Amino acid sequence: MKNELNNHQNYIKQYHFKKRLIRVEQIFLLFFLLGMWEFSSRVGWLNAFIFSSPSRIISCAFHMAVDGTLFTHIGTTILETILSFLIVTVIGILAAVILWMFRSLSEVLEPYLVMLNSLPKSALAPVLIVWLGNNMKTIIVAAVSVAIFGSIITLYASFREVDQDKLKLIRILGGTRLQAMTKVLLPGSIPVIISNMKVNIGLCLVGVIIGEFLASKQGLGYLIIYGSQVFKMDWVMMSIVILCIVAMCLYQFVNLLEKSYIKRIR
Amino acid sequence: MNCLEIKNINYSYQTLEAETLALQNISFTVQEGEFVSIVGPSGCGKSTLLNLICGLAKADTGEILLNGTKLTQTSAHIGYMLQKDHLFEWRTVYSNVTLGLELKHHLNENEKEKVQKMLDTYGLSAFSDSRPSQLSGGMRQRAALIRTLVMEPDLLLLDEPFSALDYQTRLEVCDDVHKILKEQKKTALLVTHDLSEAISMSDKIIVLSKRPGHIKSVLEIHFDNSLSPLQRRNAQEFPSYFNIIWKELMDYEK
Repeated sequence: MKNELNNHQNYIKQYHFKKRLIRVEQIFLLFFLLGMWEFSSRVGWLNAFIFSSPSRIISCAFHMAVDGTLFTHIGTTILETILSFLIVTVIGILAAVILWMFRSLSEVLEPYLVMLNSLPKSALAPVLIVWLGNNMKTIIVAAVSVAIFGSIITLYASFREVDQDKLKLIRILGGTRLQAMTKVLLPGSIPVIISNMKVNIGLCLVGVIIGEFLASKQGLGYLIIYGSQVFKMDWVMMSIVILCIVAMCLYQFVNLLEKSYIKRIR
Repeated sequence: MNCLEIKNINYSYQTLEAETLALQNISFTVQEGEFVSIVGPSGCGKSTLLNLICGLAKADTGEILLNGTKLTQTSAHIGYMLQKDHLFEWRTVYSNVTLGLELKHHLNENEKEKVQKMLDTYGLSAFSDSRPSQLSGGMRQRAALIRTLVMEPDLLLLDEPFSALDYQTRLEVCDDVHKILKEQKKTALLVTHDLSEAISMSDKIIVLSKRPGHIKSVLEIHFDNSLSPLQRRNAQEFPSYFNIIWKELMDYEK
């Protein structure tokens, strides 16, 4: 018995050891890559003017943080991403529900949705600038257009997979189609909706950056395109690094949402 | 008194290829408080017949009377238990059981008390706030039965409600359901392909032929009233009933 306990404790110890080892290796890899980058630019293997370097990025970020412009750019990009993400989420769910409620409407609209989904959305951006002007509206519409059609198609496809017998149960108990939607379809689809949100947050960020490339005066996308035009590669590389961090944070935010949902139904 | 009366029902499926006659000239009656089973080979239209009775599909010809009134659409007087329990994992056991009342906006204090009483009686009150996944297979089926019974149906349709359970649980749940239905004096119509199950639970068995399904024979089952389904399986009359129905079904294969 005592032996068994030891075995189990050993197992737990090993499990945590493995987990910690992986984390340490991940951090080591990060510092190794950054170190190599810095080292290469110091000894002249890389041209620091073109490739920048971690130290130049940090000092650049520091200067921009001091005069506050850094936070304007980051804030603008995050705001635009979250706004377009909320719009995509709400409209995506609404549209998919309407298609589900009216089968014949979905049959009529299907080829249009497929076409709009496969259309490269960056082709729309110039059109949007002409229509909506050189402002945030254009960027948000561009970001929404990147994510919305795929979102509707994915959600509607999963709505159609809802267990027919569960819908039958609602009918047998005297419920309406509307009740089938609120009592079975939506609560049963929450996992799918959340996983779709995970995809959308990434796509919205892509859309926002495309939009900022073409029509904006601030934001990380603007900083990247402007920096490359005036050959300030420190700006460009810094923006890309910050984008990595922003993308990860936004994804983690949806992840937390999922975790709290899973906790709630258990 | 006749609870359910089925008169000359014909029903056919439409597909692009053809029209298929599924049920042909079906007529039978179910007395109040009676437990009737329908057995037949798979694809004979057993489940279709239940769909017709509860108004999810419409017969080509014929009529269906419940307590003497003609049925035209889904009726609150008919309860239906499906093959799986279909308890919703995102609801607690309690709110699963009250789903029907909620849909009908009948969930008042009076009903809540009734639901609580039923949960107490059938050993589920301790699990009111649990998720369905925390219940055993038998308890889940009982919860599904309570969900149907709180709507106080005059007639209960059972579409192979035990087929998703493992054998041991199945025998237990059969006993459970049979007892509950007898206590509540419910009229029930069971569809199954399991002959033993039909014999152990029913007062009357209707044998359907393969497609197009029509009534091959109707057999009255008589056991000592005090026997539970499990005890019936050990009664001496059991094998002879089994053989009769088996022969009826086999005759048709030839």
